[in-house]
Amino acid sequence: MESIDARKSWLAVLARAERATLEAAVIGLSPRPSWRVVKPAESGLAMVRGRAGGTGQQFNIGEMSVARCVVQVEGGAVGVGYVAGRDKRKAELVAVLDALLQDGPFAERLRRDLVAPLAQGQEAARQRVLSKAAATKVDFFTMVRGS
Amino acid sequence: MYVAVKGGERAIANAHAWLAESRRGDPAIPELSVAQIREQQKLAVDRVMTEGSLYDPDLAALALKQACGDQVEAIFLLRAYRTTLPRFGATLPIDTSAMTVRRRVSAVFKDIPGGQILGSTFDYTHRLLDFALMAEGEPAPAPVAAPAEEARVPGVIDVLNRENIIEVERPASGDPAPPDLTREPLRFPAPRAMRLQNLARGDEGFVLAMGYATQRGYGRTHPFAGEIRHGTVAVEMVPPELGFAVDIGDIELTECQMVNQFAGSKSEPPQFTRGYGVSFGHGERKAMGMALVDRALRAEELGEATDAPPNDIEFVLYHSDNVEAQGFVQHLKLPHYVDFQSELNVVRAMRRDAEAARQAALKEAAE
Repeated sequence: MESIDARKSWLAVLARAERATLEAAVIGLSPRPSWRVVKPAESGLAMVRGRAGGTGQQFNIGEMSVARCVVQVEGGAVGVGYVAGRDKRKAELVAVLDALLQDGPFAERLRRDLVAPLAQGQEAARQRVLSKAAATKVDFFTMVRGS
Repeated sequence: MYVAVKGGERAIANAHAWLAESRRGDPAIPELSVAQIREQQKLAVDRVMTEGSLYDPDLAALALKQACGDQVEAIFLLRAYRTTLPRFGATLPIDTSAMTVRRRVSAVFKDIPGGQILGSTFDYTHRLLDFALMAEGEPAPAPVAAPAEEARVPGVIDVLNRENIIEVERPASGDPAPPDLTREPLRFPAPRAMRLQNLARGDEGFVLAMGYATQRGYGRTHPFAGEIRHGTVAVEMVPPELGFAVDIGDIELTECQMVNQFAGSKSEPPQFTRGYGVSFGHGERKAMGMALVDRALRAEELGEATDAPPNDIEFVLYHSDNVEAQGFVQHLKLPHYVDFQSELNVVRAMRRDAEAARQAALKEAAE
């Protein structure tokens, strides 16, 4: 069984992945895993909370759409998928992968061949945004008046 | 008198068919896709999400397409849609100090850790129509530079407030869950958490005008833009199946920290107080207006004069919602034949009485 921190970090990566990538990862496994749906995939809402001044008392900003699903892989762990957006299939795939990543024959390989490269790609995308932002940073200079 | 109260089905169906045709416009022009609206009319999508109070760029783009670009109508559509969905719970309060910052400026401190980052902005443009956009063509890629080593960009006020001369925002005792206007009605006196939710989903034009009024002297708050930031933040929630918080993805957000001069009160020393504004996506005008109004609505708790409209909590909160406002104004279009008939009878009777009184007065004068 993996630690909660490890599980949190792959769930964060899977939640940001494209559905097609997750679909291909599951289809690519041999023998093909099978699973039982514990809670069918559904889409709904989560109320996004903020804080006054960023650090103060809580208030509700507005809702966001969320899809979720719970599955259990055959002879294995229970997996949970909660993802931003309305893609129910993606929530199911995240749940399946969450279960497979916890233990069993695919855990190691999925971590190496799916989660690690996805995390790398997401960090690279973030760095691209930050480097565009960095190019718009103001360099102040002081005008010297008179002699 | 007999008044027709049924009918019009055929006329309504045909009116809606014409609406569909009008929405499409000239069929010789290619049809807009929802994805094109989402990508190329992004700020319209952001406003619909903010005031529709639902973060979902695809649905907001669809609403805009359906509403022929009418923002308030699109907001209404999104609000109506959300009522059909189950609520899975609330997220943890988002941590804007952990934002992947695309833009961050402060008008009060020049030298700030991380620097003044302009991001993608209309500021400093000349507001001249760019006819090049009438032709097709791809823009040059945006320049890049090496980002700072430290990716975390803490709030300007939190970092530079060494003397605590600016009010510090702390969670309420016990950090309670906030009231929710989608589940309970407004109540007065409305606590700040309720006011902030109301303003966050409030009409941008109304909130902007109220904020502007404070600058012009109606509920003056002496504001400075302490910090404005825009970027993406991770959202975490605790699924009951797990019992610990998981990151479900990113949302884009704009935040405004307004800093306001305050003369002090019986319990507080002179200091700078704060107003807060936030919007989904990139919505600086809304976030700034909201921050001004948030501060103006704190007048009573800070022991200031409350004689201007932007200080009037009931007035502001009851009139900020454009879905409610458009509904009540536009309901005047619906048949009021019976009401008007009764009013007609009343006014006719008043006229008769007035005329009779006038005749009586003339007669008296003649005698």
